[in-house]
Parts: sequence; structure tokens; C-alpha cells
Amino acid sequence: MSLKKIHDNQPDKFEFTKANLELADKILKKYPSNQKKSAIMPLLYLVQNQNENWIPLAAMKYIGKFLSMPYINVYEIATFYSMYNLAPVGKYFVQVCTTSPCALRGANKLVDICKEKISNNQNELSQNKLCSWTEVECLGACINAPMMQVNEDYYEDLDETNTKKILNSFLEDKPLKPGSYRNRNNSAPEKNQILTNGHKNA
Amino acid sequence: MDIKMLKEENKIFKNLYNEQGWELENALKRNDWLDTKKIIDKGRDWIINEIKASELRGRGGAGFSTGLKWSFAPKKVGSRPHYLVINADESEPGTCKDRDILRFEPQKLIEGCLIASYAVNAKVCYVYIRGEYLNEGKRLQEAIDEAYSKNLIGKNACNSGWDLDIYIHYGAGAYICGEETALLESLEGNKGQPRLKPPFPALVGLYGCPTIVNNVETIAVVPTILRRGAKWFASMGRPKNTGTKIFCISGNVNTPCNVEEEMGIPLKELIEKHGGGVIGGWKNLQAVIPGGSSMPMVPKDICETLKMDFDSLVEVKSGLGTAGVVVINKDEDIVKCMARIARFYKHESCGQCTPCREGAGWMWRILERTVKGEATHKDIDLLTDVTKQIEGHTICAFGEGSAWPVQGLLRHFRKDIDKRCFSEPIIKKKRKIPYLIDQHKLESKDA
Amino acid sequence: MPKIFINNNEIEFKEGMTVLQACELAGVEIPRFCYHERLSIAGNCRMCLVEMEKSAKPIASCAMPAAEGMKIKTNTKMVEKARKGVMEFLLVNHPLDCPVCDQGGECDLQDQSLYYGFDGSRFKENKRVVKDKYMGPLIKTQMTRCIHCTRCIRFATEVAGVSELGAIGRGEDMEITTYLEKSMTSELSGNVIDLCPVGALTSKPYAFEARPWELKKTESIDVMDAVGSNIRIDSYGWEVKRILPRLNNSINEEWISDKTRYACDGLLKQRLDKVYIRKENQLVEANWDDAINLISSKIKSTSSDKIAAHVGGLSSVETINSFKKFLEEINVKNYEFREKDFYVNSDQKMNYIFNSSIQGIEKADFLLLVGANPRHEATILNARIRKNYLKNKLPIFSIGDPGDLTYPYKIVGNKTEDIQKILDGKSEINNLLKKSKNPLVIIGESALELKSGKYIFEGFKEFLYKNRFINEEWNSFNILIQNAATVGALDLNFFNKPNGSGNFFDKLNNHNFDLLYLVGSDELNFQKNNEFIIYQGSHGDRMAQIADVILPSPAYTEQNGFFINLEGRLQKAFKATNPIGNAKEDWKIFNLIVDKIKNKNLFINYKTLIEDSLSKIKENKNIDTLPELQTKKINLTSGNFYSEEVSIRPIDYYFSNPVARASKTMSDCRLEKIRNLENRKTG
Ligand SMILES: Cc1cc2nc3c(=O)[nH]c(=O)nc-3n(C[C@H](O)[C@H](O)[C@H](O)COP(=O)(O)O)c2cc1C
Ligand code: SF4
Ligand code: FES
Repeated sequence: MSLKKIHDNQPDKFEFTKANLELADKILKKYPSNQKKSAIMPLLYLVQNQNENWIPLAAMKYIGKFLSMPYINVYEIATFYSMYNLAPVGKYFVQVCTTSPCALRGANKLVDICKEKISNNQNELSQNKLCSWTEVECLGACINAPMMQVNEDYYEDLDETNTKKILNSFLEDKPLKPGSYRNRNNSAPEKNQILTNGHKNA
Repeated sequence: MDIKMLKEENKIFKNLYNEQGWELENALKRNDWLDTKKIIDKGRDWIINEIKASELRGRGGAGFSTGLKWSFAPKKVGSRPHYLVINADESEPGTCKDRDILRFEPQKLIEGCLIASYAVNAKVCYVYIRGEYLNEGKRLQEAIDEAYSKNLIGKNACNSGWDLDIYIHYGAGAYICGEETALLESLEGNKGQPRLKPPFPALVGLYGCPTIVNNVETIAVVPTILRRGAKWFASMGRPKNTGTKIFCISGNVNTPCNVEEEMGIPLKELIEKHGGGVIGGWKNLQAVIPGGSSMPMVPKDICETLKMDFDSLVEVKSGLGTAGVVVINKDEDIVKCMARIARFYKHESCGQCTPCREGAGWMWRILERTVKGEATHKDIDLLTDVTKQIEGHTICAFGEGSAWPVQGLLRHFRKDIDKRCFSEPIIKKKRKIPYLIDQHKLESKDA
Repeated sequence: MPKIFINNNEIEFKEGMTVLQACELAGVEIPRFCYHERLSIAGNCRMCLVEMEKSAKPIASCAMPAAEGMKIKTNTKMVEKARKGVMEFLLVNHPLDCPVCDQGGECDLQDQSLYYGFDGSRFKENKRVVKDKYMGPLIKTQMTRCIHCTRCIRFATEVAGVSELGAIGRGEDMEITTYLEKSMTSELSGNVIDLCPVGALTSKPYAFEARPWELKKTESIDVMDAVGSNIRIDSYGWEVKRILPRLNNSINEEWISDKTRYACDGLLKQRLDKVYIRKENQLVEANWDDAINLISSKIKSTSSDKIAAHVGGLSSVETINSFKKFLEEINVKNYEFREKDFYVNSDQKMNYIFNSSIQGIEKADFLLLVGANPRHEATILNARIRKNYLKNKLPIFSIGDPGDLTYPYKIVGNKTEDIQKILDGKSEINNLLKKSKNPLVIIGESALELKSGKYIFEGFKEFLYKNRFINEEWNSFNILIQNAATVGALDLNFFNKPNGSGNFFDKLNNHNFDLLYLVGSDELNFQKNNEFIIYQGSHGDRMAQIADVILPSPAYTEQNGFFINLEGRLQKAFKATNPIGNAKEDWKIFNLIVDKIKNKNLFINYKTLIEDSLSKIKENKNIDTLPELQTKKINLTSGNFYSEEVSIRPIDYYFSNPVARASKTMSDCRLEKIRNLENRKTG
């Protein structure tokens, strides 16, 4: 994982909204009272939720104070885990799994489509600023490969046609439903599905 | 071929595909939470002995005896509380079984948590779910809430006299957090970097307290084993490799799927029957990764007769791991496929210890060159050395996980690789490998 | 004692040792990078792998507890292969730029690769490039060389007590940095340079100054505070190039403060290398004869009760002794070493030293600070307190607010009434104090400066004595002295006793003196009126500027000298370089003046000076040892109580003496600190 870049334009301030403060209190209750630090990961998620899916520096400081832990530790954690975004991402954040099981079923084509539809580079906003995409490692849905995650949801059993359709729907801000795009019943084997020619991998 | 499928009645996960509904009322119809109190009333020793007798081995990858692990927890609670931690990090490429348990059989897991917590003296249980499984986590939370509302867990759970609280904690995209001590570090609010062992978590785990870490599937099968008896479970498979197991069949098969099968099912049967066969037919099979990406691949000739259980796979220098079966057919460039896996390990190394941090990237780079035909025979010898220099020298088993698949490739496909290599030293040849320099770091003002 | 087998040799080890330590006992050297005996165990470099019977994999010896009957092998194929492998991995992304690296010649990686490495590099890929990080004025970074041993991080969080270093990112992209590249706010930060096994963190001021093998190394004692840290002075010609710590478990372990390490560039600047005499309000270069003549005639023409003398905080026992002897010779009784008036009682040595000893801090189970800021007044001693806190959660209380001490403590109050309450047994902490076995009470100079100084001092002494906290095994009564010269000056009674001829400081500020003789003294709070001032010292600092005669004398690295540290430990500092210009040693200057006035010698030679000086030291005349605990006969008195606030006098840490003030590095640090404080306020 290459080191995450910190965004150039940083807001001066960050504070939890009242609702999130209440949530934060609830989160803290999950852990022993002398182990507040445990809440750092959920709290960073909370920051992302509040701040359009990315974590500004001011928020890292805020969380450091909130949990009375050194800033550097917050910073370490925010850069260690790949799901914390330190720069803005699209309203629809497309994450394409390209690890081998997905690659074996054509994930590279999904990447090509992302490049074509959203942006040539990863982590770059689409022209209308609605989408950005990135390659990620195995998302744990290998039997529904190829697949991608958009924000919280998994779009599974994709092919070129429906990937295009799905991406278009985001670009138009009218997202299609997540789930299997072969009308499969979750992870059950499909009946009578015989593929003759293989998908060449990436 | 003589196909004998696991009998429907012997399946533990009857709702693996959510045909019956995951909600508590439906779960109850599937006998979840049936007489849980009676099980607990039989006492810790009975439970642990029964699990030992069932010969259940951990489903998280290492295959350690679950009963034995539980018996390591101190018998009495001292000044420090005990914890049970469920490993739902499921990040091993090729594996997606825990996901289905979380979303479709959550009550099995919750009931297992109660019993296991009781057996190891824990009153708090954390479920560490990988961050990407947000929806699965939400589902589990709903199920937990249902269980609380029916007093199946909480204070005096199931009237057993035992109290149990279950909390969900999300990871945030780090495969290494599946390693149990890294998971505990992460849960404590640190970077997920594995701890040195000894001490082992059973004595010094979460917050320095005795902690038992188990995989989702391991815990979810516990209630059924205890209800139907260790004998029943042990009657399936063969000694030391008992019971049923969820297999994830992915890659170049016609109908990839999750399926619960008897331990020891022939690989060929698994692929043909459940996976709908290799794309292009069995003859088109090149190799299979039998247990998630960390396990060395086995080539077609071994696959013909291979049985899918822990010990049989060790015999062919591989492992059952998480039973994530990735099928690779002859249409694929196997080196490319492995280079991608090496990239995964490079991306996921926690960076703590030297051999893994430096070795994972090195392996990937050599493989990547091999794919492009820019490697020499000497490079491949070097690659072999590098895998050996990583293996066994790291803090955690990630080192093996990254080295073994490459070793598997070299073991079985060295000839094919050699065909793509040339003899003169690469240095003489002009080459451009732009991805080797992390240019962005130099350019960025504030990285 | 349990036994372990190392390469088939049976050897006994102490419970709690690691395999690596047991191997060392057996005389078997284990290569290592991340392991450091004073830091927590990380086990991440994997260089120390050894073979253990019944283990299929080699084990990290630094992290494995030794156990009875264990069979360890360090000389097998398996071990060799492991070491070679790890070494190769460490080098793949490490630049081979030894010729331009400041660590060259003292680099662990360079040394060990010689023994364990392959002879050529097999790594053909491009090497990782890491952007350098800003870590302040002291530490130069070259992060591409980092081997991620995390020693620096562990030092910062554990010993220095500032969690400001960390490793961001993961895998091969992991980088060591401070939060957003701010400098470290620790007075111990320089130690990471010694800890870094490669050239990733090196000394910024020393960058490219010299190669280690070109330097002359002199073992000596530091005088920047009263701790007496053991140092090594590396010099090239007359220049002191750098100062490094020397291991002394009783004092500084292997750390030194940043001031000790970095103030040395102040030895090259603002130096007095010539004699000056003020003529028509201008300091004009002169020669020794003229100056001695002028001084002699001034002394002769001034009544001796109008003459006063002050000695500075960096002076050695010999300087103080010869100064005093000289003053006695000319009948002067107004002499002083204190910079501010604070209560002292020099009847017994116990009254002005840190009786529990620095190492003793580790045994303490209760700590009360009274008007003291050990972090700034005795940085290294503060690190010991933190060490005890980390190990045993030492309960710490303070009277007065010293600010961030790198460990948590509770402020009991900041009025003298709060002290009174403790002495009367009525404070909230009395219970805990009573229950403790080895309590520590540390009284700082700030408390003794109060009008209640005597009350506090004598009160605590009596209290502790009566509660048997001053006994044969343990003396909990500690005075935190700030200057290197203080204990020596007190031993030699270089001050006006309270019942003497009036208060030195009142007289000084009422301009009752006509002639002031200052030796290395720059910290007096004093406005010149018509006094004739003789300044003898090494730096053209505050007092030299208002002096009428300036006599150059050597700095602490340029002459031999004894110092007694705050524990009462006598130590010898050695001359590392020659004094610059025309400087003369202090005692020789006094000799010259006395010769002029009385036509006689104070001391025939240096040897007699030493003999005379040592004979005047109280109780302890053995080098490097602590004075014995004198608890049989203790004189008790008492002082008057005044209601006052106990405020702790802030120290301008990086500017606390003339050498530090002349140092560019120290002034950079000071600016950085001010900047950091401002940043903290705004963000
Ligand atoms: C690099 C690495 C990744 C792992 N990932 C997982 C995982 O995602 N899920 C899991 O259950 N166990 C994982 N494990 C195994 C755990 O360390 C541990 O053995 C397991 O959770 C124990 O549970 P079990 O005994 O029920 O199998 C991983 C191990 C390693 C070394
Ligand atoms: S083997 Fe890899 S993942 Fe495991 S501790 Fe070492 S660096 Fe981290
Ligand atoms: S010295 Fe043991 S692992 Fe580094």
C-alpha cells in the first residue's frame, strides 16, 4: 500500500455534530472505561460519515483530544488502514476488487470501464465530481466475482454491460440497486450455467 | 464418478443461501437456541470435553483444535476478566464463507458465542468484522438486538445464570488484522501489527487479559455439535479431520458457490458437482489453490485424487486453510495470477518485521518481471531463496502466507517459468519498469 | 538459579532474562538491530534469530524468555541462513551510500553486514526512496536509510515521554515521522541519534563535520546542570566537534540531555581569547601584565569590605577553592555562588544533596515535588522518575505547578499552607506517604527562595526524620540543585552564612560594593552603577560586556577539574582541547595577582591545588562514589512560616548558561520551542 497523501485543502476546524457526539458516547460504552483508545476506529468512521467520506487533519486532532491519545497515533492509524480516506473521494466511491479470484473472472475489464467512465487515474474525481474509483484487495465476495463495492454496497456477478450500466447510474446520480447482477440467489450455485470460453485474466 | 453428497439432515448451515430467512423466528425453526440452557447446565468441563471429542479444528486457517484452545483459558477468573473474540475479518482471497454466516445464520454465531463465552469464562464478546462487511455487520447487529430482546443473551442469558454482552467492532481494510494478535491490537485501538508470542492470547490477550480468539465458522458450528453430540460430528470425515465445512469455490468454474460439505470430500467432486465443473472441462484444469491464497497451489495431476481435509492437503505440501478453493484453468497465465497474489501480500504486509516487509515486495517485483519475460533463470533461483528467507523468520504467519504460494508455483511450474526466462543478466538489457519507483512520493509536496 | 544450554555449554541465568541476554552471559554475541536493553522489546528486525531445540523455526532471542533446560544453538546452518537472509533484506532498500553517510564508521548495519552479509547485492529492482522528514534543529533525517527498527519511536514514547514519533503507512511504505513533521518537544531528543543503528537519524549540527576515526576522544563530565552526566568529548584540533553520552548506570544510563549534547558549538563562539581593559568606555585589547597591575592596584586601593566576589555555576572545585583562597589572602569576606538568594544550610552534606541518589529513584514508591521542575532543572534525573513511573506507576505529587513533566502527577496545592498541612499530618497525601516504604521528597531551589524557605527546608527535614524516612537504609530528603558548581561551593562554604556580615544580595543591589570580581558568573540579576568589575571567564556574555577588566580563562572542556554532582558524587572532568588564545587557567590567574600584591604563591603547582581542594570536600573524597548516609546525628532547627505562593521559577532551558547562550544550536532550539508553543495555542 503506498503511503496515503494528505489533501492540500484542509478545513480549519472539525467538530462532531450533536448527533454524532451522542453516537460517539454510545461507541465508547462498548469498551472498558479505561480503554477509550479502542474507540478510535469507529470514531474515525464517524468522522468519515460526517465529512463526505474523508478525514481532514483537524479531525485527527479532534479525535486525538477526544480520546486523549497522541496525535501521531491517530495519524498512524489513519494511514495504516486502507479504508480511511485522507483526501476527498466521490459521492459514489467505487472500489473494484482486482485480487486473483476476481481477476480470474475478468476484474481487469471493470477497471478499464472505470477508467473510461470515471477517470483515467485512481482516486481522481469524475468530471462531474460525483464519482471516484480505486482498485482494492479482496473484498471477500470471491464466489460472486467480479464485483465492486460502491460506498457500503456490493455489486456482484458483474460483466461489462452491467458494469457500464451501473457506473452510468452513479454518474447520473440515480444509483442502481446493489446485489447480484445475474439474479443469483446469494452464494448458491446457479443451475445450468456452463461457460465455454474462459475470461482471460488481467 | 460415485458422488455422495452430504445428506441434507447433516448440514449445519441450513440457511446458507437465505432460502428460509435469517430472522430469529426462522432461526428458531432450524433448532437454533434449542435447549441452550441445558447445554450450559452441563458445565464447562463437559462442553470443552465434548468439543475436544468432536475433534473440531479451527476454521480460521490454522486448524488448531478448538477444545484444546478453550482449555488453555485459566479455569478461574482472576483479577482480570476473560474475553471471547470472534474473528470475522475474513480477508483471505478466495474466502467468503463467514460472510454468509454473518448475514444468513447470525443466530448460530450468537448462540455459539454464548456457549463459548461460558466455556472460557468470558462475559464480554467482541466480534471483529472486516470494515468492508458493513452490511453484514448491520445484519448481525439486528440479530444481536433480537437475541437481547428475547433474553437469549444479556443478563442471565437463556436463564442459564451466565451474563453475556456482544459488541461488534469493525476493521478498516487490513488483511493482517485477521491474524489473531494483530486483531487484538486493532481492537485495542492500535495499528494492526501482530504481537510477539509467547505470551499467547489465551493468557495475555485483549487488554492484557485472557482471551480466546475463534473464527466465525468455528463458533457457529459449536451449538449444533453440542446438541447433536460429538459422536455425530466426528462420524463425518475421518479422525482429526471431522465434521462438515463450508467450501468456497471460486475462479474458473461454471457455478462458483459456497457449499457445506463433508470434510474430506474429493476436490474433483467438489468442483464438478458444486462448482459446475471447470470452465472448458476438467481437462482444461491447470491448478487449484485449495485453501485460500496463502496455501500453495496443487497442479491438475494431484487434483485428480485429492481429498479436501487438513491432513490430506498437508501430505501434498499444501493446506486446507480456510477452504477457499480457487480454480485456475489452462486459459490463464498462472505466473500472472501468482504475481497478483504476491502484490496482495506486498500491499497487506504490516511492515513490522524485516523479512516480510522487504521480502513481499521483492517477490512481487521478480514475478512481475517474469510475467513480462524480463527475468533470467538466476532470478528465479533468487526468488526461491527469497521465499525461503521469509518463511519461518517472521513474527507472524503472514510470512509463510506470502512465501508459500510462490513456493507452490515454483514447485509445480518451474519448467513453464524457465521457458519464459533467458540466461543473460537482466542488467544488460534496457528496461523500463516505471511502477517500481514510487514517484508520487517524491513529487508530492506534503506526502 | 535456572540453567540454559547455549551451544551445549550449560550456564546459569537470572529469572526473567531473555535468551539473548543469556547468550551474552555465555559470551556468545548475538547480532541485533531493534533490541536495546533500555527500551521495550519489539522483536521486529529478526536479526537475532537463534535455533531452539524442538522448534521448527528459529526464534527471536531478544523476545524469548529464557527457561530452565532450554537448548539454544547459535552456530548452526539454520542460524547462519537466517542471519544472512535478514541481513540481505535489510540491505535491499538501504542505500549503499556509506561514503557520504555521517554514520559511516560507527554504523551497526555496516559492521554487521561485514560479518553476516552476502558479498554482493542480488537485488536488481529499484530501491525505495523515502522523502526526508523535518524533525527540528537537532536531528537530520535521511529516511531512505531507515531500517524500521522503531528504536527511535520506542525511545520517544518510553524514555523521553513524548509520543511524537510514529510509523505511518504500512508494509514497505511504512515511514517514521513526527506528527506532520513537527520537531520533537523533548529535552532528550538527541539520544535517538545514538540509538538509530544506521544513518537515518544523525546529528544536524554535526553533519559532515568529521569522521569518527579522525576525532580525539576524551572521557569527561558534563556541567550543563548538576546531574554530572558522563560524556565523551570528540574534538578535532582545538574544536569540540560533538559530545556523546558515556554509559553510567548510576547517573545518566546512556542518555544525555540535548543541552549537554548540543551546547558544544557554543564553545567555538563568543569566546574570550584575549585580555581586555576598559578605556574611555571602550574595551581595549591588553596584555596580562597590564591587567594584573591594574587589578592589583584596584584591590589595594579598595577597602576589603567593599570588595565582593561571585563564582559561576560551571566552575570546578579547584576554581572555587583557589578563588576562595585568593579572597582570604586579600581579606575579602563577601563571596557568593548563589545567583538568587535561597535558603541553604551547609552544616551537613545531607542538607544540600539528593540523598536518595539518582539510581535510588527507581526504588521509590512515593514522590513529592516541592517547588521543583526536574524536567528542566535536571533532565536526566527526570527520566529516572519517568522510568519508575512506567514500571511501577509511581504516585507523584507536587506543590506548585511545574507544567508537563512527561508523566502524570497531582498538584496538591500551590501555597505554603499546603506544605504546612503535610508537615502537620493533615494533608490528603499523608496517608499514602505514611504507608510508603521508600518515599522521595524533592525540594527545589524555587521553594528555598521563598521567605518560608527555611521553614520548608527544616520543616521537611524534621518531619521526615521523625517519621523514620531518614534512616540507615533510606534517606528520603532531597534537594534538587541546579548548577554543576553548587555542591562544591557548598562543601567549600563559598557563601555568606546567614548570620554573617549582612546579606550579599542586598548589599550588591544597594551598590555597597566598589569592586566586583566575577569568575564565570553571568546569571546575577544586577545593574551596574559605579562598580569596578573584573570578569574572568570563557565567554563574552552578559557580565563581560559591563566589565572593566576581562581575563580569559578556559571553558569546562579545556581544563581538568573536579565536580560534585547533585547526589554528592565526586567526578573528574578532563581536558579535551587546549584553551584558546591567551586564556589562562583560573588558579594561575589568582596566583599571578597574589604574587603581585603579596609577592607569594597561592599554589606551587596543580598537584598541591588538587590536594588542597580535595581535603576541603566534605565527607566523601573518593571519586565516583556516593557519600555515606549520615543519619546518626542530625541537627534540627526551624524557620518562620509565611503565607506565600509556591511558584516555580521558569528556566530559559536552552539559554541557562554562557556556553548555551553562545550556541547557535541552542538558540535554534529555543526559537523552535517558542514556535511550537505558539502553534499549540492557535491549533
Ligand atoms: C495473516 C493471517 C491472516 C489471518 N486471517 C484470518 C481471518 O481473516 N479470519 C480468521 O478467522 N482467521 C484468520 N487467521 C487465523 C487467525 O490467526 C487465528 O488462527 C484464527 O482466528 C483462530 O480461530 P480458529 O481456531 O477458530 O480457526 C489469519 C492468520 C494469519 C497469519
Ligand atoms: S510477518 Fe509481515 S504481517 Fe507478520 S508481523 Fe511481520 S511484517 Fe507484520
Ligand atoms: S534484536 Fe531480536 S528481533 Fe531485532
